[in-house]
Amino acid sequence: MNRTVLDFWVGLFVIAGIGALLFLALKVGSMSTVNSADSYEVIADFQNIGGLKPRAPVKSAGVVVGRVADIRFDNEKYEAAVTLRLDKRYAFPKDTSAAIMTSGLLGEQYVGLEAGGDSQKLKDKDRILITQDAVVLENLIGQFLYGKAQEGAPK
Amino acid sequence: MLKQAIENLGNHTIQGVWRIGFASRFFLSMLLHSGTAFRRFGLTIREMYFTGVLSLIIILVSGLFVGMVLGLQGYETLQRYGSESALGTLVALSLVRELGPVLAGLLFASRAGSAITAEIGLMKATEQLSAMEMMAVDPIARVVAPRFWAGVISMPLLAALFSAMGVLGGYLVGVKLIGVDEGSFWSQMQGAVDFEQDILNGVIKSVVFGIAVTTIALFEGYDAPPTAEGVSGATTRTVVTSSLVVLALDFILTAFMFRGLN
Repeated sequence: MNRTVLDFWVGLFVIAGIGALLFLALKVGSMSTVNSADSYEVIADFQNIGGLKPRAPVKSAGVVVGRVADIRFDNEKYEAAVTLRLDKRYAFPKDTSAAIMTSGLLGEQYVGLEAGGDSQKLKDKDRILITQDAVVLENLIGQFLYGKAQEGAPK
Repeated sequence: MLKQAIENLGNHTIQGVWRIGFASRFFLSMLLHSGTAFRRFGLTIREMYFTGVLSLIIILVSGLFVGMVLGLQGYETLQRYGSESALGTLVALSLVRELGPVLAGLLFASRAGSAITAEIGLMKATEQLSAMEMMAVDPIARVVAPRFWAGVISMPLLAALFSAMGVLGGYLVGVKLIGVDEGSFWSQMQGAVDFEQDILNGVIKSVVFGIAVTTIALFEGYDAPPTAEGVSGATTRTVVTSSLVVLALDFILTAFMFRGLN
């Protein structure tokens, strides 16, 4: 076979292969929020994180603005310290509150951010002070049963 | 009778160890003689045409159909739990992590590996390799190493194409045919698929499979008895051995890569 035809086809093959890799990286995966250069980290303490896992999305108003970078147990406060890596494009006020929520009834857990009204913005390594823990189903059922028992108490 | 059985066992063991040793020396000398494959890159490009470009059709079509089947079956199962929006995640993760590299590896073994073995086996049977040695051309450097590097370069590209086609197939069936919401299909997929954890590990897998399959194919061809049956037996062994090795390696790599994830 002609040498140039061969070269042409192999070149096309390599371009297609690299194109497929790019497609996988950009369209299938999400490279945008992985990059640590364009992000800043804030820490939020929770008393109970439920089933939150590293790499879970951080959403504000339903939009993914970052990811959970790290979850540690703080042995002084006996709380979970969750490091959130947020996209630099999104700045949040200092009094932003974080809550652990569940998408759908049985879906994955994510951190929801609700912006406050402070004029100061959160900076790298700042702490989010207002947090709301994950809803644990057992506690919820326990509260419900307790309430029912109260209702049925003799007057 | 018993003595015979013990002798047989011993013979098989010695043969096996001898073959493993020969294969390792073959692999090493292939790596040592790789310089030619890069200095005369035209040789490698020629082999990439035969191993890579000619495998494209089977890889692309299989990828498309595997993705389409994943879309159908995944939807069937997911809609029972009302989470058909996770279809994109299911299709993409299973393709990028497992099916892409593994199925591309199996197809590569049967499409390109068998051809390599048959070609080299026949070159040996017709004494072309000996003729090269007579002319002071090292057959390992001239024939074997370019094929090895062509296979190692082609395999990840083929696996990536397989995965990409599979995702497109899943998209066609899931979104276009069944009517899963397009936005949630892509966004849930992007939320779940991580570049380093999933895509890069899939690429590493396909590189390892490429090395394994091409090495087995080249060795079987180089080691084939120079007869018609010898070459046919070697071709069969290439496909069987490399398929088994791909599956076994996949298990080992998965155990290392994805254990402790989630």
